[in-house]
Amino acid sequence: MSTQAPTDAAAGNAPGAEAARSGRGVRLVAPLVALAICAVVPLVPGLPQFWITLLNYIGLYALVAIGLVVLTGVGGMTSFGQAMFVGAGAYTTAILTTRYGVNPWLALPAALAVTGVFAWGVGAVTLRLSGHYLPLATIAWNISFFYIVGNLDLFAKFDGISGIPPIAIGGFVFSDGPSLYYLIWGAVALAVIATLNLLDSRVGRAIRALRGGVVAAESFGVDTGRARILAFVYAALLAGLSGWLYAHLQRAVNPSPFGLNASIEYLLMAVVGGAGSVWGAILGAGLVTIIRDQLQDWLPWLIGARGNFEAIAFGVILVLLLQNARDGLWPHVLRLFRARPATRGHHAEAGELAPRARSAGEQRADAPVLAVTDLRKQFGGLVAVNDLSFTVGRREIVGLIGPNGAGKSTTFDLVTGVTPPTSGDIRYFGEEATGERARVIARRGVARTFQHVRLAAGMSVIENVALGAHLRGHAGAVGAVLRLDRAEEARIFAEAHRQLGRVGLADLADRPAVSLALGQQRIVEIARALCLDPSMLLLDEPAAGLRHREKKQLAALLRQLRGEGLSILLVEHDMDFVMGLTDRLVVMEFGSRLAEGTPEEIRNNPAVLEAYLGGVA
Amino acid sequence: MDLSIFLILLQDGVINGAIYALLGLSLVLVFTVTRVIFIPQGEFVSFGALTLALLERGQTPATIWLLLALGVVSAVAQVWQGRRTLSARRALAIAGTDLALPAAVAAVTMLLAPMKPPVAVQIALTLAIITPMGPYIYRMAFQPLAEASTLVLLIAAIGVHLALTGLGLVFFGAEGSRTEPFSSAMFEIGSLLVSGQSLWIMGVTAALVAALGAFFELTLTGKALRATAVNRLGARLVGIAPSMSSAIAFTLAGFIGALSGVLVSPLTTIYYDTGFLIGLKGFVAAIIAGLASYPIAGAAAILVGVVEALASFWASSFKEVIVFLIIIPVLLWRTWGAPVVEEDDH
Repeated sequence: MSTQAPTDAAAGNAPGAEAARSGRGVRLVAPLVALAICAVVPLVPGLPQFWITLLNYIGLYALVAIGLVVLTGVGGMTSFGQAMFVGAGAYTTAILTTRYGVNPWLALPAALAVTGVFAWGVGAVTLRLSGHYLPLATIAWNISFFYIVGNLDLFAKFDGISGIPPIAIGGFVFSDGPSLYYLIWGAVALAVIATLNLLDSRVGRAIRALRGGVVAAESFGVDTGRARILAFVYAALLAGLSGWLYAHLQRAVNPSPFGLNASIEYLLMAVVGGAGSVWGAILGAGLVTIIRDQLQDWLPWLIGARGNFEAIAFGVILVLLLQNARDGLWPHVLRLFRARPATRGHHAEAGELAPRARSAGEQRADAPVLAVTDLRKQFGGLVAVNDLSFTVGRREIVGLIGPNGAGKSTTFDLVTGVTPPTSGDIRYFGEEATGERARVIARRGVARTFQHVRLAAGMSVIENVALGAHLRGHAGAVGAVLRLDRAEEARIFAEAHRQLGRVGLADLADRPAVSLALGQQRIVEIARALCLDPSMLLLDEPAAGLRHREKKQLAALLRQLRGEGLSILLVEHDMDFVMGLTDRLVVMEFGSRLAEGTPEEIRNNPAVLEAYLGGVA
Repeated sequence: MDLSIFLILLQDGVINGAIYALLGLSLVLVFTVTRVIFIPQGEFVSFGALTLALLERGQTPATIWLLLALGVVSAVAQVWQGRRTLSARRALAIAGTDLALPAAVAAVTMLLAPMKPPVAVQIALTLAIITPMGPYIYRMAFQPLAEASTLVLLIAAIGVHLALTGLGLVFFGAEGSRTEPFSSAMFEIGSLLVSGQSLWIMGVTAALVAALGAFFELTLTGKALRATAVNRLGARLVGIAPSMSSAIAFTLAGFIGALSGVLVSPLTTIYYDTGFLIGLKGFVAAIIAGLASYPIAGAAAILVGVVEALASFWASSFKEVIVFLIIIPVLLWRTWGAPVVEEDDH
């Protein structure tokens, strides 16, 4: 961490640099202080047993809420079925330990496996649907789970299973509050570390891109469907772990704590604390548990009857928080301590990231880089692209131009796999690519930028750029959680930093991506595309929003890339930019090819002049 | 099972399905116009049924206090949200709909309730008490979130559901109630006995569907609602206020919920939280319809009712499970080949 002095200054933007450094100090020290406080709490003399019990429950709930951070706060999905996964873990261990005499420690992997497979099944059915189906489906699943467990002999119906043995290590039995306290909060600490590790990894970037960056992530080879399932199963596993602990804490299970209302409360905890951070989840679990405990004491007295009255307060709190503090309370706590977002070290000394594996076609040099033949796209009766044919050769910059509505953007979507063509043929390096999905096309060495910039909002500039190198890394979720991916991560970030430097934005690496000017965001997209180590670049209006000097720099960069062997297809409106840069132009009008040739030929083509100037010339 | 039992189950299923159809239509309406997945729809069913039960016993239903309270909060919320641009006319309108209206309904209810008025008057009072809660809840909970994502709106809807269920327990207690059928007539059609109550339910459902159809096809307000559902921004550009469309959608949701409660209360004992399950079955229908199509939602609701009736005969303890798991094959079918899309990509 010794080579980042320049980055620090830039990230903190001069006056803030000092604060940034002390912010990092707080960041390192605060969790240790928290851990130390946690460790001594049960040792406080005279602390009522009741408080230890309450803290134990907070820990159990926090585990589930941390899972919701990954799922909801980071991945943008929501589940009202977490209590059901807690139940899956609890019942698995209850059945194995009471009926088959299995040691609780051996029941733990079984509980996690059952929960994980269950979550995978639920997720596989619903996760690819748009956002609101998942919460609705999990409501249905959770209610069904409650009735199934309550009516089957296997689960001892609504009576539940009792006589669950406590957890023990050697001769030591975790049976009283303080010993369980250490066990539970040890699990919470591990969950926090695992979650932070997961989110700061190649897989984590894929999950973080799910909010607002799905199309872009797919275009760089990320299987977003898999990323969703992964986030869902991870959240469920934490819930299953909580269930395992719960069963051995209570020593008995019955269906009631695994109903829909419990699931709603878990989500409430995540929203109250702030679903964007693991610390928020712990804060939320603590607040909701304590508030519920207090309300249960005095609400029945106030109303004069017994019942689940705290639900009224919870409902009102939930709505008010969504209206006034949608990110929960944790960001406000951070502001209190003036903590700043972390900056990332760039390991210039990290080795080179291995180049992307070339396809067979890329290695041969005979076929054109891109060959489009009779490409057609119809939307109902509208023919947006009408039997279009063109090619892009090696080391060639080709411009696709035409008046508004000529079908340029649709053509772009077709060749990048965002929409499937009605008919026609697309080949990259002589290999068939018609109708392939965006993430498959990325594997062929094709990188793109977007007309409407698509950078993931929750990520910094450098993290967005690093997403472009997704296909050049291999680390999976387990490696990320265990921190086995550090060498590869360092190489990915060194590469991202190199590409940012190449486009001239290295000093903005740690800024939130969306805080940049629109023109700069376009350039960030180019750096992200370069991170793929592409053989071909598809640029959708790269010069829009750039100033004159920036356009000249961009043109110089693109010429340099061509010199390094890249082929480039670009859609552009700026005629000066296109005419000075490209080798060849394809002019489109009403979905068809109007003309093709060198910039000089196009400039003097009567049909083109007619289309652009209405024949005046 | 012989044919006569099957016919009885079928009749049960179709009647319950008609109620689910009403709720399903309301859910599709609210979702398409406001993007809110209106989980609390079922609470209106409970509130409607239990309010009617209290009126039937000659008691003043405590829901009038809830109505007054919601009205006051809604008025305060609106004045607060519009504090910079509030005109005298607007303030008067708010006072009228949110303060004077509930006060008048409460006064009439307190006057009439002890007199045990005829059933028609009881029903009218019930609808008048419950329906305005729809727009009040919209104004206080959902209007400030109008620009939020569908997911945030859904979580808010869950919050409203929690609060209303808790309030239901406060106002009605844990005891369930069942009301007298509107008609004790019985008709014999072949071997099948058809009760007057089931004819009432079918008739009212059909009439309401027809009325809604006419509303959407023939009136300017109905067309404005449809326009908002198709394209919110476009509707705004041609002068349709989305908040007005939304308030109307929630009014209809309140009305349909209360009416469903009135219709269902003679069939089964209703507790403060029964409505939630009934509403969720409307959801199953709405989900099958992709939260978009009214006719499919209606047909799916009848299917849900019939499946439920058959399930309660064969495997009564698993009837809820079977009903809710109907959506799994539907979701699978919808999942298959779904394109990769951005959430809330405006």
